[in-house]
Amino acid sequence: MILARVVGTVVATRKDPRLEGKKLLVLKPVSPDGKEESGYVVAVDTVGAGYRELVLAVSGSSARMAEGCKDRPVDTAIVGIVDNVGLD
Amino acid sequence: MYLGRVVGRVWSTVKNQNLTGQRLLVVQPVTPELKDTGRRIICTDATGAGAGELIYWTRAREASFAYLPEEVVTDATITGIVDELHIKRAAAGETKC
Repeated sequence: MILARVVGTVVATRKDPRLEGKKLLVLKPVSPDGKEESGYVVAVDTVGAGYRELVLAVSGSSARMAEGCKDRPVDTAIVGIVDNVGLD
Repeated sequence: MYLGRVVGRVWSTVKNQNLTGQRLLVVQPVTPELKDTGRRIICTDATGAGAGELIYWTRAREASFAYLPEEVVTDATITGIVDELHIKRAAAGETKC
């Protein structure tokens, strides 16, 4: 899993019917010490995350194991809203 | 599977229900020489690993198999705590195999 910051939303009217009703958010990956990493990713939200929130994202085929994403064409899912990160 | 070191923790209250009750640890991947390599990632923990421990972790879909028959949504799981690590190196003058 990676940490990421929600930086935007995606609106798509025409999409795979199995994605209907799913909220799509644009994520910017961040490292555990808070630095932004390269690239962006679009993820399906399963927890009700909001703009600028730090979230946990699961990618690859594991994303389909998230509640609500079973048998859907999803390869990145937001599965948690981060309260705190503690580094030793 | 990859070697790593536990370097932190993540707290999350609002989670997907298939992640409920899982400990989330920050893992720094390391080389067999125990040097840091690559990006830190967040792993679920199937072993009870603690801070600073050398562990090995499983990536991708197989990461969730550690919890079968429970379906846990994870793409990285700590699946073992390393006791010892032996690496055989070619001695001076010996050809590498």
